[in-house]
Amino acid sequence: MLKIENLHCSVGEKEILKGISLSVNAGEIHAIMGPNGSGKSTLAQVIAGHPGFEVTQGTIDYEGSDLLDMEPEVRAQKGVFLAFQYPVEIPGVTNAYFLRSAYNEIRKARGDEEMDPMEFLDLMEAKLKLVDMDTALLHRSVNAGFSGGEKKRNEILQMAVLEPKLAILDETDSGLDIDALRVVAGGVNALRKPDNATVIVTHYQRLLNYIVPDFVHVLAGGRIVKSGGKELALELEAKGYDWLVEAA
Amino acid sequence: MSSSIESLVNREYQYGFVTDVESDTIEPGLNEDVVRLISSKKDEPQWLLDWRLKAFRRWQTMTEPHWPNLKYNPIDYQGARYYSAPKSVKPLQSLDEVDPELLATYKKLGISLTEQKMLAGVAVDAIFDSVSVGTTMKAELAKHGVVFCSFTEAVHDYPELIQKYLGSVVPYSDNFFAALNSAVFSDGSFCYVPKGVRCPIELSTYFRINAADTGQFERTLIVADEGAYVSYLEGCTAPKRSTNQLHAAVVELVALDRSSIKYSTVQNWYAGDKDGVGGIYNFVTKRGKALEDAKISWTQVETGSAITWKYPSVILQGDNSVGEFYSVAVVNNKQQADTGTKMIHIGKNTKSTIISKGISAGEGQNSYRGRVQMLPKATGSRNYTQCDSMLIGNKCGAHTFPYIEVANNSSTTEHEASTSKIGEDQIFYCKARGLSAEHAISLIVSGFCREVFKELPMEFALEAQQLLGITLEGSVG
Repeated sequence: MLKIENLHCSVGEKEILKGISLSVNAGEIHAIMGPNGSGKSTLAQVIAGHPGFEVTQGTIDYEGSDLLDMEPEVRAQKGVFLAFQYPVEIPGVTNAYFLRSAYNEIRKARGDEEMDPMEFLDLMEAKLKLVDMDTALLHRSVNAGFSGGEKKRNEILQMAVLEPKLAILDETDSGLDIDALRVVAGGVNALRKPDNATVIVTHYQRLLNYIVPDFVHVLAGGRIVKSGGKELALELEAKGYDWLVEAA
Repeated sequence: MSSSIESLVNREYQYGFVTDVESDTIEPGLNEDVVRLISSKKDEPQWLLDWRLKAFRRWQTMTEPHWPNLKYNPIDYQGARYYSAPKSVKPLQSLDEVDPELLATYKKLGISLTEQKMLAGVAVDAIFDSVSVGTTMKAELAKHGVVFCSFTEAVHDYPELIQKYLGSVVPYSDNFFAALNSAVFSDGSFCYVPKGVRCPIELSTYFRINAADTGQFERTLIVADEGAYVSYLEGCTAPKRSTNQLHAAVVELVALDRSSIKYSTVQNWYAGDKDGVGGIYNFVTKRGKALEDAKISWTQVETGSAITWKYPSVILQGDNSVGEFYSVAVVNNKQQADTGTKMIHIGKNTKSTIISKGISAGEGQNSYRGRVQMLPKATGSRNYTQCDSMLIGNKCGAHTFPYIEVANNSSTTEHEASTSKIGEDQIFYCKARGLSAEHAISLIVSGFCREVFKELPMEFALEAQQLLGITLEGSVG
């Protein structure tokens, strides 16, 4: 589904990713771990198409197409979803309106009919339960005045509604208490299907107790320094990152 | 990404067409003879001619105000024509008699004088240049005793009302542009809602400047008698021309005891091209007077004109009267706007609310100018002002000039202001959810303006939102 080869990227003069290669197939869950400043979030943002990063070398193939050649909205329409580490506030625009606009853009891109507001509310009812959110949240402005936990749940709600093929969760667990973590993880697990894939970017192993990955990759200094199965996460939890960073 | 937004080229001004109708136009220039000619063409009574002449003489002693935060070339008042009327207009019995070209024009504007509009419950008094060409639903309004007609008709049919209220809120000596309007106004709308009547439909007027180089000076007078209610919609569009045109209108609202007037405007005059060539110079005086327990509410969405100079105001004369001002002003390219309101609290326990949203894009300059005045007798009065500016890009400007004067010690005023820049982060967030940059900007901006849009009647709110999108297209770079 996703094939990254020798990806280099910079901000200004500074090179942040120094040759990443990674393959993600349908049905898989990958965890990307690593110390602060290793380039984890940058990788997530580059896949989503953030304009602040310049790809200087390498390729990303998504379902046979050149992902780097697509505008961010086209990537989203083709099923790429980034759950933001810091979800953005849009005052005055209700969550419901925002979500329906996004949902309909994606439907349009797929050649489906747009959904009317009443039908959409019915759909939302079910999705809200998945992340244990109150209906009232739909009528508040997008992320404005949301608590940290509410913002993260809202990201998962968006993911549940938009049903992406490739979901990237950027530090979705940071700042969550244990109950919220369970809810978020429960949502992600419920959305898992054989034809979609998830990449979880996280600093801690904690989230991986609830979402069990098929592969774990350690990112340090802009490179993947080690890959392994779910047991690698536990090893990291016990030993920290230093031994890997040094070895690299 | 920036370049991709830049490539969203400005959409051409949709309403830039000229209707080819034979016009009855007088030579350019302004003097007493022109004032007399206008008056005689309209077959006006002597008292109105005298009033026009007093205004004209006063105007000659006045100078154009230069305090606004606006830059423009001097206006050649002698170079403009002061009267233009489509020649074909004689008293019409029905729409069938209206010049089909005019009707086609209305169709292009998206307004129709036909049954569709009637079914929608809107009576339209369409102003085409200076003469009213069609009024609908008069019978329905007449049943309730509501008068809604062109100003010219009102002068003939309701002289006592006109004589009583004309200039009662905006005297001809009020300011340079009001004096000019009082001298040469050609037509406009008049509305009277009798005691205790709630006007059953929203009244709507569509103004349009058509003939080349013709200043439009319309005059609107709305009187809500005791306990009455009326909601009035005004929409404006002008065709595209390379020269600047002057538009100096006067709107007077009189809200008698316990009455309520809601006045909504969507202003979309031609704004000039992206280099600032052409466009309307819009110098408008709008003011309402609210007597005891009365309420006046102004809502405006200003997206057009090269220059906007406009301060819809409320004189809160009666005790417990209420004044409201909700405004969205958008400037893009080289547009300039100096707009705001005045709330003059005279009566006790009067209350005013000001919500102003200014959006600046391109090289546009947007100024909010507001005066809140609590006079000594206006005890226990309150004002709340919220003034927010949004900047799009790096070459535009937002300015705020609030004046607050409180002359008693039991009144409260509050002023909140904010300035924000439309964030690349916000745009990326929307794009990452599948929305185009264009869609993202219109979403973010309409969120910013929501408090004002919710004051607009439904159909107007949609139009306003679309206009906003069109005005801002190609603005982020």
